[in-house]
Amino acid sequence: MLALNNYLIVSAILFAIGTVGVLTRRNAIVIFMCVEMMLNAVNLTFIAFSKYLGNIDGQVFVFFVMTVAAAEAAVGLALMIAFYKNRESIDVEDVNLMKL
Amino acid sequence: MFEYVWLIPLFPLIGVVINGLFGKKIKNEMIIGGIASLAVFGSFLVSCGILVQLLGMPGEERHFEKTIFTWIQSGTFKADVGFLIDPLSCVMLMVVTGAGFLIHLYSIGYMHGEEGFYRYFTYLNLFVFSMLLLVTGNNLLLMFVGWEGVGLCSYLLIGYYFHKKSAGDAGKKAFVMNRVGDFGFLLGLFTLFWYMGSTHNVWTINFRELASHADMLPVGGVVTAITLFFFIGATGKSAQIPLYTWLPDAMEGPTPVSALIHAATMVTAGVYMIARMNFIYIKSPTTLLVIACVGAATALFAATIGTAQNDIKRVLAYSTVSQLGYMFLAMGVGAFGAGVFHLMTHAFFKACLFLGSGSVIHAMHHALHHEHSDADPQDMRNMGGLRKKMPITFWTFLIATIAIAGIPGFAGFFSKDEILWQAFSNPHHGEMNIVLWLAGACAAGLTAFYMFRLVFMTFFGKTRLSDKAYHHLHESPFVIVFPLIVLAALSMFGGYLGVPKVLSEFFTGGAFPNYLEHFLDPVFAYSTNFMAHSGHGEGHHSVALEWGLMGGSVLIACGGIAFAWALYIAYPAIPGRIVATFPVLHRAVYNKWYVDEIYDFMIVNPCKAFSNFLWKGFDVVIVDGVVNGVAAVVRGLSGLLRHVQTGLVHNYAFSMALGVVVIVGCYLFR
Repeated sequence: MLALNNYLIVSAILFAIGTVGVLTRRNAIVIFMCVEMMLNAVNLTFIAFSKYLGNIDGQVFVFFVMTVAAAEAAVGLALMIAFYKNRESIDVEDVNLMKL
Repeated sequence: MFEYVWLIPLFPLIGVVINGLFGKKIKNEMIIGGIASLAVFGSFLVSCGILVQLLGMPGEERHFEKTIFTWIQSGTFKADVGFLIDPLSCVMLMVVTGAGFLIHLYSIGYMHGEEGFYRYFTYLNLFVFSMLLLVTGNNLLLMFVGWEGVGLCSYLLIGYYFHKKSAGDAGKKAFVMNRVGDFGFLLGLFTLFWYMGSTHNVWTINFRELASHADMLPVGGVVTAITLFFFIGATGKSAQIPLYTWLPDAMEGPTPVSALIHAATMVTAGVYMIARMNFIYIKSPTTLLVIACVGAATALFAATIGTAQNDIKRVLAYSTVSQLGYMFLAMGVGAFGAGVFHLMTHAFFKACLFLGSGSVIHAMHHALHHEHSDADPQDMRNMGGLRKKMPITFWTFLIATIAIAGIPGFAGFFSKDEILWQAFSNPHHGEMNIVLWLAGACAAGLTAFYMFRLVFMTFFGKTRLSDKAYHHLHESPFVIVFPLIVLAALSMFGGYLGVPKVLSEFFTGGAFPNYLEHFLDPVFAYSTNFMAHSGHGEGHHSVALEWGLMGGSVLIACGGIAFAWALYIAYPAIPGRIVATFPVLHRAVYNKWYVDEIYDFMIVNPCKAFSNFLWKGFDVVIVDGVVNGVAAVVRGLSGLLRHVQTGLVHNYAFSMALGVVVIVGCYLFR
């Protein structure tokens, strides 16, 4: 049984990678995957604490997060398809109609 | 019958509603004109009933007040919508509804086929409504509502042919000049109300209540201010010097309008107002002198202009201004009854003259139209010899002209002579009396001259029309001719209501009293008593002198007529020679002594320049500058802030992440 620290470190690393990905990548799908990675990093934290504290609540939250992530994936992909049909690109730098 | 007094203004108001809302749909001219005329005829019948009932009462009790409802109540101030019936308002009612009905009838024929027929009759009924409110209102504020209402209708009707720029301008001129006067009226109202309230605790604007407290008013002082303010209002509405220039321009309106509004009724509102408030005016000798001088000056001044005009309606317009001057002269010498008498006879003969000129213009228009000539149908230089083609118009016109010229036996003689006699013999103005009388007598001579000049140029001599156009001239239809006949009859016999005492005693041994004066006496009783008690007495009375003056004014009138005959019938070459001898004088008179130009130079243009300065200097630079400046500052700031919104998702995500770091950092290292 690994110590709690190890889980948290892995989780932090995953979250950081996800954040940097969101901030630096241009491809919307990649950004999307990075967001999923950040969510899963949080999930890992939840599970680790749940196990550590012997409390089932954290695991319930994880199910909620997974549900929301699934819904988000559905909506996000639909947006991307719509955007691609208009611009023939899924590069986020092309999403600039609101700019003067 | 008194209980139904509210019906009098109601009938025309119903006419306004029906024609105003549905006139465009009705289209049928007979129905529209019929409704409007019937409405006024209804008012006329009710007025007749009231007159009959009033005559059946003893002299001192001839007054009646009917309050419909309280209109404004605020603290000590109270204004009712109520009607006051007394001999004065009754005379006005008869003139307004009687002449009004005839002119409505005439309009059906005259306005036939005009565009906006229903609009014309709506305005005309609205005018009658306002005028009736003015003469029957029992307090100053209600009178002011009527006062403004007739001004509005005057504006609307002068500008009836609004597609003509001159008509629109004339309407605006009339409205603005009237507003100047109305401001004086309001100031007078405020001052009177404030003075009576603050010094005597009588907070009222009701005529009869004011009259019953008239003893509280001092002689001169604040009363002079009050009466002068009111008189400014009268100069605007009744076209006196200095506010008279709008009336000649008002001839741009249809001719029946000139007859009704700008001769018979509205312009006499100022005279009525002074007569109504005679108990205040009598207390200020200064104001009376001002009124008498302004009236006499206007009578003479307008008469001189009338001698050189060529437009048939303009001659009549200046004649109206001049005759109104007579009425004010009467008011100014304290002869209120004589002024109202002249108001009445003037309504008869001047309405007849205007309607007659309308009949002539109507015929000229058709005759010239046949010829496709664009000559002016109102210019007397294009007329001549019309008497054979239009006999009824000619005879009625001639009778009215004789009446205005002051030939004995006709209406104008009695009233004008009464005024001249009073101007000479009144106890108010001492040495000034001679001057006032002289001005009035000269104006009478000029009146006879220019009126007969008009008749001779229009109806006598050889025609100046082409044969073809002359051939097409014809008498006007019955609806036009009928009012002329009635009014001519009134101009002939209307004067016998007010026969002077000397004539009556000489011819009938006093069996034929001065009906109108006796009828009006109760209204002016306070002023008469006041003069009797203030020691002024009756002025100098001498039967021989009165006969002498009467003979003098008849001679002057005959002289004027003879002069006109000599110049325009016997020796038609003379006028041209006179013009050639005095070119400067002729040009000055022809151009109305350049009064319009002087007003433009002294008042209108500086006003325009100042308005231009306010527009370009203040409005554009300062007001617009502030508004646009605020907008420019906001625009500049947002231009700077705009750079934050890059439109790049990464930047937004980055700032969001940075925000999270900052918040978490704050939380951790607090």
